[in-house]
Amino acid sequence: MKDAFFGRLERLAEADPRVFFITGDLGFGALEKFVERFPDRFLNAGVAEQNMTGLATGIAMEGRIVFTYSIGNFPTLRCLEQVRNDAAYHGADVKIVAIGGGFSYGSLGMSHHATEDLAIMRALNIPTVAPGCDWEAAEATEALAKIPGTCYLRLDKTTAGNTGKPGERFVVGQSRRLCSGDDVTLIATGGILDVALAAAEELATAHGLVARVVSMHTVHPIDAAAILAAARETGGIVTIEEHTIRGGLGSAVAEVCADEGVAPRAFHRIALRAGFSSIVGSQSYLRGHYEMDAKAVVAAAIRVSRGVEVAC
Amino acid sequence: MASEAPDAGQVDTREMAKRIRLDALRMTSAGGSSHIGSVMSMADILAVLYGGALRVDPSNPTWPDRDRFILSKGHAGAGVYAALAEAGFFPVEKLTTHCGDGSDLSGHVSHRGVPGVEFSTGSLGHGLSVAAGMAYAAALDKRAHRVVVLLSDGECDEGSNWEAILFAGHHKLGGLLAIVDYNKIQSLRSVEDTLTLEPFADKWRAFGWDVVEIDGHDHDAIRSATATVQPRGAPRCVIAHTVKGKGVSFMEGSVLWHYRTARGEELAAAEKELAGA
Repeated sequence: MKDAFFGRLERLAEADPRVFFITGDLGFGALEKFVERFPDRFLNAGVAEQNMTGLATGIAMEGRIVFTYSIGNFPTLRCLEQVRNDAAYHGADVKIVAIGGGFSYGSLGMSHHATEDLAIMRALNIPTVAPGCDWEAAEATEALAKIPGTCYLRLDKTTAGNTGKPGERFVVGQSRRLCSGDDVTLIATGGILDVALAAAEELATAHGLVARVVSMHTVHPIDAAAILAAARETGGIVTIEEHTIRGGLGSAVAEVCADEGVAPRAFHRIALRAGFSSIVGSQSYLRGHYEMDAKAVVAAAIRVSRGVEVAC
Repeated sequence: MASEAPDAGQVDTREMAKRIRLDALRMTSAGGSSHIGSVMSMADILAVLYGGALRVDPSNPTWPDRDRFILSKGHAGAGVYAALAEAGFFPVEKLTTHCGDGSDLSGHVSHRGVPGVEFSTGSLGHGLSVAAGMAYAAALDKRAHRVVVLLSDGECDEGSNWEAILFAGHHKLGGLLAIVDYNKIQSLRSVEDTLTLEPFADKWRAFGWDVVEIDGHDHDAIRSATATVQPRGAPRCVIAHTVKGKGVSFMEGSVLWHYRTARGEELAAAEKELAGA
């Protein structure tokens, strides 16, 4: 996803002189080409995320579209108040980019697990996007650059590859139905979309269940119509996110259902139920450890499709 | 080519400072809000800035070539609202709504609905980074306007300021002017007894800034210290030695008036002193 992001960022910079990029001293091996091509539109703010976000706001208020970039929680939680008071309140064109959603940097430990960002950023009422594949990452980069104001883009190490179809248009806030089906709906956000797709395949081949798979790349503003359709038309909803269970995608989906008075037949959230992880390991290991892998999704989907609430 | 600022005329900045103090006193009294001591200490600085030192146009608050001014010590927002009203950005009558129900004149300075407010603050340690960003953009675009930011001394406890000070020094943001209202008193006690800033000027210098120290109530000194522009040189820091509560004898140098609201006899006594000044 990192390459997809930088590739599209370069194209955007070619087309629009306002595009500007600030890093918090990270991006080794990824941003060199951008720096070489656009030296006057690149700034390394140093290891100082609060200042980076304030700078980005000031530069954006003078007429530029500024991307801030760092890993994990550094461009979001570390400087949360600058995101809230400076960038978001002023409607500054600051596009916050975090590489390393969820357990992308699983082996690096708790400090590098980005597992609360979606809940926190959507609470700021800014577009909050977690692409599920490389195509979505590139398209989201461009789409967010064109939306006025502050936005959040969460990039993942894992990806569902390239799920874009020829001629398909990406719209922030509009989910994508990647598989059609009525037995159960799997709604995923972020790179864990690959788990949802793998689970859907196993449900079909091993259990005779046809799952609808929805890539909910935008957690805020969320695509209420797709959620309500899933609740009305399918056997139930399983939400999948590499994120705390408190306040992220699953919560947002439940809010829509409750607000609209449309209850899915059954509902289950695949998410991080534990607090912080002191265990380290690869992203796939940690997904398995915390029951967020395809096996867990298949088990939840089978029960949901039978109308059985899965015990939390 | 930068267009010319309208002629500010000969503003009597001493008279303007008096009006800022009186306005803010009445605003905080009527609104039941705090921080009058913090407004009093910086009133002379605001009067000099809005009395002509800043290139701004009250009839066109978003004039592209204006000097940008950010109050980073947002808790003293009443002073900026008063200065803007006195400078003609909006009617002085609007000040009476300060901190009232439904008002957009919040206790901590906010830009929405208030012509002339460049940036909203209130949480300390935010203004300097944003100002540095504005100055960085101005340098990129080879534009001549300045970015002026006013900080409090207590605010310099915030680490984010030192990130910005490091950045502006490194990038030689000569279009950036930081003024510190060094009134020596913060929320609970003196600066010296909380977290000493001394040797304060040396700290800024060590980070690559051009530093001058002045009496923050001497209008000529303020005018002179804020006039220098070095587009490709070091950013400038003006350490303005001030007195908290300046202008009202029983408020001067007192921690109490960081939070206390003047009412009744205290209000009348303060008004009398200021009006007679």
